[in-house]
Amino acid sequence: MTAAPEPAVRAAASTPGPMRPTCYVVAAREAETYDTATLTLRPAENPIDPPRPGQFTMLYAYGVGEVPISVSGFARGQELVQTIRAIGAVTRALCAAAPGDMIGVRGPYGTEWRLGVAEGRDLLVVAGGIGLAPLRPALLTALAERARYHRVVLLVGARSPDDLLFTRELETWRRRGTDVRVTVDRADADWKGDVGLVTRFIDGALNDPARTAAFVCGPEIMMRICAHALVNRGVAAENILVSLERNMRCGAALCGHCQLGPLLLCRDGPVVNYAEAAPLVAKMEL
Amino acid sequence: MDTKTAIAVPRLIDAEGLGNLFQALAGEGYHVIGPAVQDGAIVLRELSSAAELPFGWGVRLEPGGYQLRHRDDTSAFGHSAGPQSWKRFLHPPQERLWSATRTADGFELSGDRADDGEVPRYAFVGVRPCDLRAIAVQDHVLAQPGSRYAARRARLFIVAVNCTEPGETCFCASMGTGPGVHDPGYDLALTELLDDRGHRFLVEVGSQQGADMLWQVSSTRADDATVGRARSAVEAAAGRMGRQMQAEGLRDLMADSHHAARWDDVAARCLTCGNCTMACPTCFCTAIEDTTDLTGEHAERWERWDSCFDLDFSYLAGGSVRSSPKSRYRQWLTHKLGTWHDQFGESGCVGCGRCIVWCPTGIDLTEEVKALRTERAQRSGPGERP
Repeated sequence: MTAAPEPAVRAAASTPGPMRPTCYVVAAREAETYDTATLTLRPAENPIDPPRPGQFTMLYAYGVGEVPISVSGFARGQELVQTIRAIGAVTRALCAAAPGDMIGVRGPYGTEWRLGVAEGRDLLVVAGGIGLAPLRPALLTALAERARYHRVVLLVGARSPDDLLFTRELETWRRRGTDVRVTVDRADADWKGDVGLVTRFIDGALNDPARTAAFVCGPEIMMRICAHALVNRGVAAENILVSLERNMRCGAALCGHCQLGPLLLCRDGPVVNYAEAAPLVAKMEL
Repeated sequence: MDTKTAIAVPRLIDAEGLGNLFQALAGEGYHVIGPAVQDGAIVLRELSSAAELPFGWGVRLEPGGYQLRHRDDTSAFGHSAGPQSWKRFLHPPQERLWSATRTADGFELSGDRADDGEVPRYAFVGVRPCDLRAIAVQDHVLAQPGSRYAARRARLFIVAVNCTEPGETCFCASMGTGPGVHDPGYDLALTELLDDRGHRFLVEVGSQQGADMLWQVSSTRADDATVGRARSAVEAAAGRMGRQMQAEGLRDLMADSHHAARWDDVAARCLTCGNCTMACPTCFCTAIEDTTDLTGEHAERWERWDSCFDLDFSYLAGGSVRSSPKSRYRQWLTHKLGTWHDQFGESGCVGCGRCIVWCPTGIDLTEEVKALRTERAQRSGPGERP
């Protein structure tokens, strides 16, 4: 057995419990697509700690429920920026929130995109669908200190042109020194860009695999295919970060739902390096 | 005696002294929780006096079976683990975490602090060494600052009882948690003695508040012979464990066994009912439920015990990650014996045997572990130690 357990943590009188949300008010709502919106949230009481790129919060819609949502940007002062896609009852309620509505927030939780991994290297950011939302703060941070990285490349894949996020910003990112490439699974009549999986760009995007770091976020199968392709071309698995999702319910490593083998993803993830993630995501029903 | 002496030297109380200890605990405002016979089992519940302890009762245990039996003596603690564990008091099956009321601006939270309302002061009497470790294991998961668990835990008084009566499904000696108390964290530790010199309890003090409590009860200094008898009774218990499990290397065995054929075998017997997770003294998983009343004016958040055997447990937008029964049993066993080490730095199993007894189909994890060891040895060919 391991060392003798430490005595129980003493409860500090009247500190809020880990399951108590902090009240925020919607300061602005921006529609991104037909089913996705970005909310700017302003604290109505003592704010949560400032989130780091890649972290998430638990957002509570009054009377409906609570879901994990990635932090998708930075705002002035203590405001939070979070992008939500409406797919269930809670996300529909959050997406429909209007300025002035109150939202409960817990967090920030989880690990971050460690930009240090990419310093002095090419930074390759690969996003599938809503996966661009948690990557956006990492990209914005990199662009704010652009000189620390060699090439910055953003590969974006979405199901259709209507599903593309942050389209207004892609041009800005290009101007600020990002090589941006976009593809969709299914084009429509107006689409003049690439069609197909985002992995199609990987060969062209890699210049010096041994000096490349990649941040990948999207559906798990897309992340596996991308990371596998990157490793095959010589990118070290330790320098590939992926953002994994399991059923996060508490955010505080209390409820047990988000286990992925040895990891409690709300605490040890969502951002995990691929050397650690690869054997775990390869196991069915782990 | 002064309290320093009380800490250093074991004391002795008789059955009447045990009654006085109950009174002293109640007098200090504790809700005394201990074992009692109820509904054909030895349950844990609030006791108004020591007379409610299961004097003269024992149990007969087997995989999927539990029976009370009359003992031929009047032992109060001559029984092993029952269907419940102490977690139901420290980490209750369901608990409201907060309430919210709709306001003009949005909503207002109340009842969200651990010390809102009365935090019960529990005195647990009869905590077995395996269960003492189980409480510590849950502490390492649940005692986060500001949590209700931490508030209750900080007010807890523990009277441990060394085990002299292991059951047919017990294997605490294998897991290094018993039958004698190994861990700190108790206030008083008793060893029950019933022999030609009568019914007595050796009392060892584990904390200042334990010493203060013992001070209120009439006790005598235990002579060396009595201390020796108590120690031998506990040592003898270590040799009478009904089950064994090789604890060494379990983490690696679990990590190596993801593709084992044995999971299909156990899945054919497992009903995925989750009884093992409810009976287990360390299983901590919970579901978070947000509710409202019909008017929508009032909302609440509840936490209730959940089980990794439930299909919804691993639900994601695309469906459940662990949809097969096999994957859910594997999750439970590999977490308990393997990945618990990665997550919390220790084993999640204390060797109490409850999951064996309360499995309706009698699945015995010590047997499953043996089978997984054998299978791994066969996989890696001759020469590998099973």
